[in-house]
Amino acid sequence: MLELLIAIFNGISIGSVLLMAALGLAIVFGLMGVINLAHGELMMLGAYTTFVVQNVLKGWGDSWFEVYIFLALPAAFLVAALAGLILEKGVIRYLYGRPLETLLATWGVSLILRQFVRSVNGSIAMGIGVFCCLFFGGLFLLRRRRNWERIKKWAIPTIGSLSLAMAIFKILLLVNLGNKALTKPWFSARNVDVTAPVWLQGGLPLGDFQIPSARIFIIILTLLCLIGTYWFLHRSQWGLRIRAVTQNRTMSACLGVRTSQVDGLTFALGSGLAGIAGCAVTLLGSVGPNTGQNYIVDTFIVVVVGGVGNLLGTIVAAMGIGTLDYLIGSKTLVPMLVGVEPWESFFDFFGTTSMSKVIVFALIIAFLQIKPAGMFPQKGRTSEL
Amino acid sequence: MAQGLGRRKFLIYGSAGLGTSLLLKACGGSPTSGGGGDIIKVGILHSYSGTLAISERTVVDAEMLAIQEINAAGGVLGKQIEVVQEDGSSDWPTFAEKAEKLIEKDQVVTIFGCWTSASRKAVKDVFESKNHMLWYPVQYEGQECSKNIFYTGATPNQQIEPAVDWLLANKGKEFFLVGSDYVFPRTANTIIKEQLKAKGGTTVGEDYLPLGNIEVTGIISKIKGALPNGGVIFNSLNGDSNAAFFKQLKSSGLTPDKYPTMSVSIAEEEVRQIGKDFLVGHYAAWNYFQTVDTPQNKEWVKRFKAEYGEDRVTNDPMEAAYIMVYLWKQAVEKAGTAEDLEKVRMAAIGQSFDAPEGKVTMKANHHITKTVRIGKVRDDGLFDIVWSTDGPLEPEPWNQYVPATKGYGCDWSDPSKGGKYKI
Repeated sequence: MLELLIAIFNGISIGSVLLMAALGLAIVFGLMGVINLAHGELMMLGAYTTFVVQNVLKGWGDSWFEVYIFLALPAAFLVAALAGLILEKGVIRYLYGRPLETLLATWGVSLILRQFVRSVNGSIAMGIGVFCCLFFGGLFLLRRRRNWERIKKWAIPTIGSLSLAMAIFKILLLVNLGNKALTKPWFSARNVDVTAPVWLQGGLPLGDFQIPSARIFIIILTLLCLIGTYWFLHRSQWGLRIRAVTQNRTMSACLGVRTSQVDGLTFALGSGLAGIAGCAVTLLGSVGPNTGQNYIVDTFIVVVVGGVGNLLGTIVAAMGIGTLDYLIGSKTLVPMLVGVEPWESFFDFFGTTSMSKVIVFALIIAFLQIKPAGMFPQKGRTSEL
Repeated sequence: MAQGLGRRKFLIYGSAGLGTSLLLKACGGSPTSGGGGDIIKVGILHSYSGTLAISERTVVDAEMLAIQEINAAGGVLGKQIEVVQEDGSSDWPTFAEKAEKLIEKDQVVTIFGCWTSASRKAVKDVFESKNHMLWYPVQYEGQECSKNIFYTGATPNQQIEPAVDWLLANKGKEFFLVGSDYVFPRTANTIIKEQLKAKGGTTVGEDYLPLGNIEVTGIISKIKGALPNGGVIFNSLNGDSNAAFFKQLKSSGLTPDKYPTMSVSIAEEEVRQIGKDFLVGHYAAWNYFQTVDTPQNKEWVKRFKAEYGEDRVTNDPMEAAYIMVYLWKQAVEKAGTAEDLEKVRMAAIGQSFDAPEGKVTMKANHHITKTVRIGKVRDDGLFDIVWSTDGPLEPEPWNQYVPATKGYGCDWSDPSKGGKYKI
């Protein structure tokens, strides 16, 4: 009996990590129809934010360090949401309704973000700062000119390239000055060490077993995020607008909903949830520039199986895939099937972590043959896709 | 149709572009190295980019340190060494392509390079068909012995087998094997299983994680099921999975006193990245640790830190990389030539070097003798050396536990024996 309980708990805990990671994507991909391949990198930004918060609080003393995770969660949400907002305003809004281009562009963004955390240092950060000040400051000033509409065509590329030149000049100047503090990468390409506070490292003993507290924490966090997201989408003004735009963009626009604002907000919300997920997975795994790549495939599978545009489907899919993966990979089924050939040897053969993936993927393919639109298909912005 | 590019636009874009490039040119100018004189060209072929760059760059640092030292001391045969560096990009076909380029176009006399077994296998054919020379610095799974490669990392009998023997004697007879799902862990675990069979231990289970996977709940339940009262975990995971494995091991209550874990891919640098809290008390088997107590090592660590910074650590592959440059230099000096590779190859056999890990000697099978050590992770993230062999062990490229290669050896000093002969 206890073993069954443990198996269920383990299945749920694997599922909740999947769900946590997929929740943001369920909004971005599910509601907006944007195939965001940079979702994993938004998680990675959340994980690095956790790393930074942790190191700052370490300096403040032990009692602060014990609770750093509670500060890291909102910080990760904000950083990832901000990055998502910039991504939406800078790239994705030009690509709505063109899934293939979105896919390629977000793939590019994910490469840029990965390389960014590898090589960012003081001089690059200052260079980016200089570029933003010059470019957006210049735009702000030029916009006030009366002939803005006429000069806009050549003014934007001009100040763009001038600002870029100034920024590059600044970076090279700083590099040539040879100041070690400015040229030393902040994070470098190495993985960084995020160590959970002691109360999250251990576990609750239960008979011979010990339930990891990090897993309990993630399950609770996932529940809170789910409730929060549900409440936001179904009980708030903005949620109502988001759902309205999802169902019928043109009609919503006619009724006075600012659809571009809604798009930005929805994308930022999904990205912020990715940031929280990134913060949560630091409790379980490594943090490095490639962290996001470890999750991206799983998250897409969960959303696709669950059915686009439906939180319930995402929940069921995550829990189902997690439990199935655990039951097969850990050979829990083998003792129950002793003597039942050929099933006993079948599950024995597939009973390793890498082989269980084969079965799970095969079942997903079979499932999508029967229900191509996922568990709970729903109409999204299909007309735009 | 509007005009393609008006004059004003052209001027604006043109001047902006020109300005940018001038700035780039003015600031990006790098000092060019003075060539000329008598030089010997060698190649360095590692991944400077891609997922393996983290590890391979540290090895490049060690190789460059050795070359700098040699040049400062007057070079080889009175000539300075010039290095041609190429990036293998963590991509195996690129490694083969760049090896060809270094040999054909740059005309280097030898190449130091590669990290993974996959990259070595990819360049092996190039070196054999061109009858050239590669020096390879990483511990590996063995079962290979090429005339054109010198191996300065450990073979399984210089790392894995002594570690298993030590565990059997001190930690228990029941082993659970965990590894990443690729050639090195699979071969290593085949050897361990054969060895346990021969020495009276048992393999209670084994599991493999795809590279980069971080979900280890299933493995931990299996370990608990197979070893309810504690036992030995032999870990050959590589990369990101290690952090996940040790974090979740700790939170599931599998502590090192009941479940000691022996790792073969975790050195000082990895401990730092995973977080030492999760590793304290676990074990690793290598030939070299930063804490090895020899005068050569203290001197080397000091020079390395002076060159690359106080916060850097040294580890086993870096030490092997440092050794191989010196062994090559000694071979060239003995042969009296760097270009006649046949002579250098013959001269290399029998060369000894007082390395940081202790004395090493190049054997006729192109592998070196090495001291084996077992370290226990301590509170500061470095290793306490809890056991070591009395002296260097002979290398055995063909494994003597695996039935298929049992009784085979390798001897390049005797043309009638070659790469694989029946002892």
